[in-house]
Amino acid sequence: APSLGAAPAQLRLQRHHLRAVRQHRPPAPPRRPEPRGSGPAVPSPPARGRSPSKARGPRRAAPHSRRDSTASLRTTGEEGDAGTVDKHSVEVTNCFSVPHNESEDEVAVDMEFAKNMYELHKKVSPSEIILGWYATGHDITEHSVLIHEYYSREAHNPIHLTVDTSLQNSRMSIKAYVSAPMGVPGKTMGVMFTPLTVKYVYYDTERIGVDLIMKTCFSPNRVIGLSSDLQQVGSASARIQDTLTMVLQYAEDVLSGKVAADNTVGRFLMDLINQVPKISPEDFETMLNSNINDLLMVTYLANLTQSQIALNEKLLSL
Amino acid sequence: MASRKEGSGSAGAASALQGQRQSRRCGGLGRQASADRRAVQYQMEMMRSLRHVNIDHLHVGWYQSTYYGSFVTRALLDSQFSYQHAIEESVVLIYDPIKTAQGSLSLKAYRLTPKLMEVCKEKDFSPEALKKANIAYENMFEEVPIVIKNSYLINVMLWELEKKSAVADRHELLSLASSNHLGKSLQLLMDRVDEMSQDIVKYNTYLRNVSKQQQQKHQYQQRRQQENIQRQSRGEPPLPEEDINKLFKPPQPPPRMESLLIAGQINTYCQNIKEFNAQNLGKLFMAQALQDYNN
Repeated sequence: APSLGAAPAQLRLQRHHLRAVRQHRPPAPPRRPEPRGSGPAVPSPPARGRSPSKARGPRRAAPHSRRDSTASLRTTGEEGDAGTVDKHSVEVTNCFSVPHNESEDEVAVDMEFAKNMYELHKKVSPSEIILGWYATGHDITEHSVLIHEYYSREAHNPIHLTVDTSLQNSRMSIKAYVSAPMGVPGKTMGVMFTPLTVKYVYYDTERIGVDLIMKTCFSPNRVIGLSSDLQQVGSASARIQDTLTMVLQYAEDVLSGKVAADNTVGRFLMDLINQVPKISPEDFETMLNSNINDLLMVTYLANLTQSQIALNEKLLSL
Repeated sequence: MASRKEGSGSAGAASALQGQRQSRRCGGLGRQASADRRAVQYQMEMMRSLRHVNIDHLHVGWYQSTYYGSFVTRALLDSQFSYQHAIEESVVLIYDPIKTAQGSLSLKAYRLTPKLMEVCKEKDFSPEALKKANIAYENMFEEVPIVIKNSYLINVMLWELEKKSAVADRHELLSLASSNHLGKSLQLLMDRVDEMSQDIVKYNTYLRNVSKQQQQKHQYQQRRQQENIQRQSRGEPPLPEEDINKLFKPPQPPPRMESLLIAGQINTYCQNIKEFNAQNLGKLFMAQALQDYNN
C-alpha cells in the first residue's frame, strides 16, 4: 500500500500525543460560509472569462477507497479553490479524490498521486489552490487529525469537509471544520475541530442545470431526457401555476381566519398583483401584434433559407 | 485532442469526457491552443490517475461550448473524425451557455454519420467524390438523444442541497425580453448566408470555366482536323497530334466541404431560431391571456 513519504514510525509516535476532540459549539466568529457546486451527473464546464473569485467547477462524487479492517468507510480527497480567500469566507469550487489506506494504527495517503492530480488541475485552471480536504463518513476520527496536519502544510489553515454517505440519521449531512489547537500549554496538546457554517451558492446557469438534474428524483428509474421548446415553456408555467395555487390557498386561509394575517406577506402579495402591467387594451393589442408579426416574419425567413439551401443541394447534385 | 478557442471574442473550452458510453466525468483541457502533445500527455495522466481511484476511465468523447449554436466548423469536423476513428462510439457534446442562461439546459450530442466518416477517410473533398457519396448537409451529423441518469446517492445529495439552499426560482424561461438573442442569431445567420453566396459564385465560375474549356478544346480539335484535311489535299504531311490536355489545363475544382459545412451551419441556425420563435409565440399568447383577464 502506498504510504506517506515521511517515516511512518514518526507518525505513529505523534498519534499518541494528539487527540482529536469534537466540540459541538454553535458556530462562533469568525464565520466562514462556504459555497458548494452542483451535482456531477451532467458535467458543466467551468465558466471562463469571469473574475477568478467567482469561477466554479463541477464537484465529483468520491468513489469508494481501498481500506482494510476496522475503520469506517472513508474516502479522502483534496479540495481546490479558484481565486482569493476572503476574510470571512472561502469558496470551494472543485475537488478530486486521493486513494488512502486506513487501519487501526496508521493511515497512509498517496501523496505522489495527490501532487500529480494537483499539477494536472493546475494546468487547466491555474488559479486553483488547495483549500483543504474532504472525507466521506460520519465522524472525525483520529486519523483525521493526522491527515489534517499533513494538509496544513499544503494550505494555510485548511478546511476539513465531511460528507456522510453512510446516511446516518437518514440525512447526508455535509459539515465543515477548521482545526484549532487546545489544551494546557506545556502538557499534551490536542486539536479541536471547530464547525463552520456551510452555504451553497450557485450561479444562474449552474442552477438551471441543477434544476434539470433534480427532476430525476421524481422519476421511477432515475432517468430523464431533455425536453424541447414548447414543452419547457409548458413545464415552467405549470410550476408557476402550482406556486400560485399555494398562494391562493394561503389567502383563503387568512380570510377564513385559519391562519393569522402577516403584514410582510401581505405586502409581497400586493407587489405580486401589481406586477402585471396595466396597459390600455389598444396599446397592448398593437404591442402584441407587432411582436407576433416580427416572430412570424423571422420564422418565415428561416424556413425560406432552409428551403433555399435544400434547393442548392439539389442543383449541385444534378 | 487539442482544445479550441471559439466564437467572437470569448473563448469556449473543449475538453474530454470519460465514462462508459454514458459520460460520467469531464475534465477541462483549458485554453492550450497549441501542441497536441501536451494535451495528449495531460489526457493520459488524467486517465491513469482516475483509474487509480476507480473512476470510470474510458474515453467517450469530448465537449465544446458554443455561442448561439455556431459549432459546425472544419475544426470540429476534424476533431470529431479523429475521435470517432479511434473510438467507435465517441460523441461531441455541444453546450450553449447563452441559451442555458435563458432558462433551459441546452446540451446536444452529435456524431458523424457513417457516410461522412467514409468521405473523411478518403480525404477527397472534390465535387465528384461528394456527389458519389450522396451526402447532403442533413446527413452530416446525427444527433444522439441525451438521457440523464443519477445514482441513488446523488439523488440524496440533491435533496440535501434543495433543503439547504433555498434559492428562489427565477423563471428566466418565461421572460418576454428576447429580441437581443434573436437579433444576434439573425446576424450570425446573415453572415453565413453571405459566405454561402460567395461560395456559390465561386462554384458557378468554376463550372463556367470548365464548359468554356470544353468548347475551346472542341474548336481546337476541329481546326486541327480541317488543317490536316487541307494539308492532305495539298500533299503535305499532316501535323503531329499534340496532347490536348497539355494545352488546356483543366481548372481546379473548388473544395466542396466548406459549402457543405456552411449549409449545415445555416440549417442549425434556422432550427434554433424556429424553436426559439415557437417558445416566444407561446409566451406572447400567455401574456395576452393575462391581459384579457385583467380587462
